[in-house]
Amino acid sequence: MSAPAEETQKYRDHEGPYFGSFGGRWMPESLVAALDEVEQTFREAKQDPEFLAEVHRLGRDYTGRPSLLTEVKRFAAEAGPARIFLKREDLNHTGSHKINNVLGQALLAKRMGKTRLIAETGAGQHGVATATAAALMGMDCVVYMGSEDTRRQALNVARMRLLGAEVVPVDHGAKTLKDAINEALRDWVASVEHTHYLLGTVAGPHPFPEMVRWFHQVIGDETREQILAMEGRLPDAVAACVGGGSNAMGLFHGFLDDPEVALYGFEAGGDGVETGRHASAITLGRSGVLHGARSFLMQDEDGQTVDSHSISAGLDYPSVGPEHAYLAETGRATYEPVTDAECMASFEMLCRTEGIIPAIESAHALAGAARLSRKWGAEGEGKIIIINLSGRGDKDVETAAEWFRMLPGQENDPVAETETAAKTGDESPSPAPETGVQA
Amino acid sequence: MSTEATPAEPSTQAPKTGSKTAEAIEAARAQGRAAFIGYLPAGYPDKETSIAAAIELARNGADVIEIGVPYSDPVMDGPVIQQATTEVLARGFRLPEVFEIVAAVVEATDAAVLVMTYYNLIDRMGAEEFARRLAEAGGAGAITPDLIPDEAGAWMAATERHGLDRVFLTAPTSSPERVAQIVSASRGFVYGVSVMGVTGARDQVSDAAERVVNAARSAGAERVCVGLGVSTRAHVEEIGRYADGVIVGTALVAALRDGGPSAVAALTAELTGAETGR
Repeated sequence: MSAPAEETQKYRDHEGPYFGSFGGRWMPESLVAALDEVEQTFREAKQDPEFLAEVHRLGRDYTGRPSLLTEVKRFAAEAGPARIFLKREDLNHTGSHKINNVLGQALLAKRMGKTRLIAETGAGQHGVATATAAALMGMDCVVYMGSEDTRRQALNVARMRLLGAEVVPVDHGAKTLKDAINEALRDWVASVEHTHYLLGTVAGPHPFPEMVRWFHQVIGDETREQILAMEGRLPDAVAACVGGGSNAMGLFHGFLDDPEVALYGFEAGGDGVETGRHASAITLGRSGVLHGARSFLMQDEDGQTVDSHSISAGLDYPSVGPEHAYLAETGRATYEPVTDAECMASFEMLCRTEGIIPAIESAHALAGAARLSRKWGAEGEGKIIIINLSGRGDKDVETAAEWFRMLPGQENDPVAETETAAKTGDESPSPAPETGVQA
Repeated sequence: MSTEATPAEPSTQAPKTGSKTAEAIEAARAQGRAAFIGYLPAGYPDKETSIAAAIELARNGADVIEIGVPYSDPVMDGPVIQQATTEVLARGFRLPEVFEIVAAVVEATDAAVLVMTYYNLIDRMGAEEFARRLAEAGGAGAITPDLIPDEAGAWMAATERHGLDRVFLTAPTSSPERVAQIVSASRGFVYGVSVMGVTGARDQVSDAAERVVNAARSAGAERVCVGLGVSTRAHVEEIGRYADGVIVGTALVAALRDGGPSAVAALTAELTGAETGR
């Protein structure tokens, strides 16, 4: 990997198929023509003022862009010395950043004359967003979802069905996100003539990593403008959770070529990387190919994919977008794991201090940023961290209630025992280690 | 891309010497028939039975045997093969078993023995080491369903060094430029995907199959074999009229699942039109 050159826009303008040694197209030949068609359509659309205007109009009038940038003073005060701002992608229509990419790709699908959208989903956010776009644009929609996730996210399954989508539970393998992607790919191989596979993250074969990033870079661009308007300067760090990595890439993109802005991606540490039960592909650092891209991949000695684990369905993926692998390898961005326990402590803290219920995915970024603020200590005074609050937590209320043992029959159930502070760490299955970073 | 759309004359692909798969297909051609290529997963339902079943393939007329390597994320496989390979993985299958199975089948038969593997399994071991061990086991080469020539630099070099065949797939949707690239990268034969879809038995052979074969021939392919959805003697005869080889997988795996090696023997004999096996 070459040392950072002095070119401007070095990272920002990076196009696929390769990001350093990562990316590419590790895909069956049957899909290559479709990928070529997507790429060509995307490149033409980017140059088409009408397309750009339509993307902008939908963002403004349907999604609700620009999303807010909110300073969270009470949360920041508990976390450490730094000031903390949240980029409020949770306020988007459908409740997460996913809608940005989905509307863009659905427009491309129409441009290609496709009448059917298929998608994979983990937490259900991308599935809901895809079902929403399909309803808005009058297209058929099938969403593949691991059967483990349909159980964890029953509310989102109902939402997708209300929106007219067919939800197909996937019972193979680990029954989570990666298996849903396998099944969506199998569908696409057979249906590519009239179907667009609306991949939900910056992973997969070229051009998906580059294209999905492009539809999300509005997050970083808005954030940059907003913080400059509010504070007259760039943040010291930006932080986001990373599963496949789309919300992180969208935010990072606004600051990739500002070396003074540190970029932090927080992976799902599950029970702790040392336990093997996690979803921290970058932290583990083994290169491999899965779902069309070379990237970091959780795999065993034979190259079989290892099942990932996370309390958040949306981060429960054993690989990561290839551009993140590249940013990790070049050192431009830093990636660290956040355990389930750390994440849930920050989840509770944001609810209590700010009146905002975050998605459990996004709570990983909250925890990582809080850790960063603590680590800075006195030097963090006056520094600014911006966190991408990529989704809201409505879908996670049951999981959180179970975690904090608030469900009927659990010890914190009834009206008794109201005070929150004591709850946080105590009942967690594993106490939060200060940091789970291994290497 | 260095390839061009103009159909290359067959002579550009000079006969490649030392290709075990090519020899097996040419031997069938000399008998006035298309080669029969049978697929079975390594280690299904257990190592010994999978070896016995593969030997039955050869005894009943298979010219080339594909040993499928179980993989956690088989995106090109339909439910029957997925279920079989998932079972194999669940019982603790490890990769080196493949080389033992290949060696045992090579030892017991005259068929060319290929492995069919998703690429990450090669990548993790290292293309060079995988090729070395496959060659050492007597394997003819590998079919790599999720590897396109664009990404195959390391694999091409390793197979070249070890004299192994590398079989790439060409699809009904492949452009003439891509077909040319696939044909020139392949060694042994070119795998023509007959339908847009995953593995699995189908009632009818798609009419795309013949177009796929013709496109590959126009690009200079000497041997094109057709697979996906082939499950009856009628399919085999139909495809055999225009292709150099016919590939059957799912139907054989289902036979092995339901009736063991003897069912594989019977089905293979039926599909190949062999008098009687054993």
